[in-house]
Amino acid sequence: MPSYQFTLDGQPQAVEADADMPLLYALRGELALKGPKFGCGLAQCGACTVILNGTAIRSCILPISAVAGTNLRTLDGLPTEAGPHPVQAAFIAEEAAQCGYCTNGWMMTLVAGLERDPNVSDQEIRNMLTGLKCRCGSHMAILRAARRAADAMAQDATVQDQVVQFDPQTDAVDLDVDTDREAQA
Amino acid sequence: MNSPFNKIKSSRRNLLKGSASLVFALGSGGLSILTIEQSIAQTLAEAPRAIGPENLDTWLSFDSAGRVTTYFGKMDMGQGVDTVIAQIVAEELDINVSRVSVVMGDTHRTPDQGGASGSSACRQGAIPLRNAAAEARRVLVTRAADVLGVPVEQCQVEDGTVSVSGAKDRSITYMDLIADGFDTDLDWNGNYGNSLNVSGQATPKTVDQYQVVGTGVARKDIPGKILATTEFCHHVSLPGMLHGRCIRPPVANAVPVSVDENSINPWPDARVIREGDFIAVVADTEWHAIKASQALKVNWSDTTPPFPTQEELFDYLRNAPAASDSATGGFRGTPYETAPALAAISAAAQQIEAEYEVPFQSHARMAPSMGLADVRENEALIYSDTQKSHNSRNGLAKLLGMAPEQVRVIWKPGPGSYGRSDADEAAFEAALLSKITKRPVRVQWMRQEGHAWDPKAPACVIQCKAGLDSANNIAGWYFKTRGFSGWDVYFNANDPQDTLVGQLTGYAKGDRHNFGVPGESYRFTDSVAFWETVPTLLDRASPLRTSHMRAPQEPQLHFAHESFIDEVATASGLDPIELRLSHLQDEREIAVLEAVARLSNWDSRPSPASRSEGRGEGNILRGRGVSMATSFGGFVATVCEVEVDTSTGRIWPRRFYVAHDCGLILNPRSLRTTIEGNIVQGTSRTLCEEVNFDESMVTSEDWLSYPILDVMEAPESIEIDMINRPDLPPGGAGEPSLVSVPGAIANAVFEATGVRIRRLPLTPERVKAALG
Repeated sequence: MPSYQFTLDGQPQAVEADADMPLLYALRGELALKGPKFGCGLAQCGACTVILNGTAIRSCILPISAVAGTNLRTLDGLPTEAGPHPVQAAFIAEEAAQCGYCTNGWMMTLVAGLERDPNVSDQEIRNMLTGLKCRCGSHMAILRAARRAADAMAQDATVQDQVVQFDPQTDAVDLDVDTDREAQA
Repeated sequence: MNSPFNKIKSSRRNLLKGSASLVFALGSGGLSILTIEQSIAQTLAEAPRAIGPENLDTWLSFDSAGRVTTYFGKMDMGQGVDTVIAQIVAEELDINVSRVSVVMGDTHRTPDQGGASGSSACRQGAIPLRNAAAEARRVLVTRAADVLGVPVEQCQVEDGTVSVSGAKDRSITYMDLIADGFDTDLDWNGNYGNSLNVSGQATPKTVDQYQVVGTGVARKDIPGKILATTEFCHHVSLPGMLHGRCIRPPVANAVPVSVDENSINPWPDARVIREGDFIAVVADTEWHAIKASQALKVNWSDTTPPFPTQEELFDYLRNAPAASDSATGGFRGTPYETAPALAAISAAAQQIEAEYEVPFQSHARMAPSMGLADVRENEALIYSDTQKSHNSRNGLAKLLGMAPEQVRVIWKPGPGSYGRSDADEAAFEAALLSKITKRPVRVQWMRQEGHAWDPKAPACVIQCKAGLDSANNIAGWYFKTRGFSGWDVYFNANDPQDTLVGQLTGYAKGDRHNFGVPGESYRFTDSVAFWETVPTLLDRASPLRTSHMRAPQEPQLHFAHESFIDEVATASGLDPIELRLSHLQDEREIAVLEAVARLSNWDSRPSPASRSEGRGEGNILRGRGVSMATSFGGFVATVCEVEVDTSTGRIWPRRFYVAHDCGLILNPRSLRTTIEGNIVQGTSRTLCEEVNFDESMVTSEDWLSYPILDVMEAPESIEIDMINRPDLPPGGAGEPSLVSVPGAIANAVFEATGVRIRRLPLTPERVKAALG
């Protein structure tokens, strides 16, 4: 099988695979990433979205052979030692997921779009996100998170003062974001 | 073929290698990463916990780091119920909620609490955990008092440390008191499932004592999902695992006559597995399984297409003989009499009649079904994102010829499933394939299967009649539903007969019937509400088999019921809220209806407003509509303001106002996002969703042929009045608000256009046609 080399989240990678195998199967399989997900295999839902040379693309239909020599970013690779990406911080703060299966697509699309230009109107945010699917109907929280992320990125504000703890028992990460007690309704 | 478990592919790299992001995410928690091989060996070797509900140790364990694990026999479908469970346990134990972990839906570790079901996680499932945690605190404080040499009354607890009142330095932690566990008996009511309950000697806290319950604790699962550290079910991999893909017939009910195995020769690692009428391809690599399954040539039987045309569906529903009805079906029959209502309606001064139609709808999960099975000689390990792992365990055991105790089903998070979706199916297929191949097998359905082959929400026709007397009072009320059974396949996988692979390998599907009637307390003189089910279109492995879908049958019922009440209001010249209020009996329903009127600044007058009163301009018409829903212990009234573009037929539900009473609010933050999700999903079901089919097959097989709501059509705002009822126990919130949506939108469209559309979904084409 041929081998394809590319940069993945800042690290060189090589994957041996059939030329026509979609990128997603390498990311989910041999590379064991948890961000990009299989939703449709038809480029219709966006759950598999990654950023290729700066553009959000659907990895479920892109042959691995087309990825050789490119620069790929995934949800898994977004956080730095300084903290989560502003889009991730905003999604955590707004709890912008129900089941969380599709969330990768919304976040990666926003990362690509807002890194290009964070000065966007609410309508421009919707235009950026159209076509992505969310079965749980988290759209309102996603739109709030997108607004929050855009505003933070426009101000070049980063959300780096959050306490991050990994919970080895539950595989969950506790971030101390916006846990203020809400007034009882 | 190698021995089953020695051909271990090192297909997954060390999780930490070369990944700065994961190092960040893991922090300095000191987690030891097991190799996959160690992990699976450990999982299989792990003895079942003693999970008798009557033992306190079943519900809670403590570790040396001072963390509490609580064991919950239900699971979270994406609304954050595990966080609420953690709040409740933390509250009773007087321990910080961040110390509480929740294990869900593992048949070897959690009691059978019936899985995710009927918005019951908080209103039912949390109660035994609350009682157990209260009892645990009592036992631990008793032990502490003994160690500290003071009476129990002088002990206080703060974040898991028991100290002497007024002498905080005299203290001991729960961790130091737990020893080998509690060894404490609970009173168990003997039930499994939703109604399982236990109690101890301790009295749980009263609501006025709550510090954590009722606050907006951040969902525990969210950061992992956002930072890509959460292990979804789809991420689990076992050594030596094969990838399976199932082969479906082009015509429903066709069976394989012959299979040309040479057609997959290009993929030497792939092979065909056939058992009864079930065919699959397995391969070492996922891509080869996909390619080979697509290339496999199967000669299918020449089968008469089993379905009516889609155009004939509602006539079939009207005319087919009744298979069951509400007097004989359901959990328990409910006798009804139509004659008094029909007589009262005939005798009234004015008769109003309307008929509503709702098509099949699909769960259409974000990802189609997947399951992973490792079936060995005397034991089986199954990973599934099922909603009901204990039921699946029972069904899998039967399929595999094992005792239930020999089968362990581990639930892991998956895409929101919203009822008896396709979720269970792949686990059963994987189990059969693993048994045959003696290798672990991961079955992943493709998109086409997820849409076309998942169990559907039942289509129905609903006939409504009312009579108005000369003073415009309602003199009679008749509400009759004819639909496919909500139990055509049962709402759990307790038996292989309710799975595709079970039916294809010889298990005959049962004949069970249920539908339902609306839940509100409207009281009309001489009223009747009842249902009849019609025979299923195909009683074996049908892509149009029907089952539970979020708030089973209620969106259909309430679309009709709440539309018809508005039609009666229009006929009687009354404001739609005023008419409802005059017939409601329940104080909580009255309260939410009044609350939503206030929240939406409801302008009390009959519908529709005249166009000169300003309901729109140009191509854009505006209208408002109201609807109610009472279900699963929740009380909801919703107002929707729509814009209808008469040039395109496009409806935009621009603003929603929701008054929501689900008793005591446990977490207002996740309640809000749960309600929002219900409203948006309900909007999708109202405006977009219809399963298309022809005489041979379901033809809605992806997101293009089964569109759901796009972000461009998402509302501008959803304002929610969350009515807290500290005096009342928590009710359900996972479903009721969705139920309120179809009626609210349909009534608003009528208000905007003056045209009543009685057929879902309200697509642009249907709206344009109705407007003429």
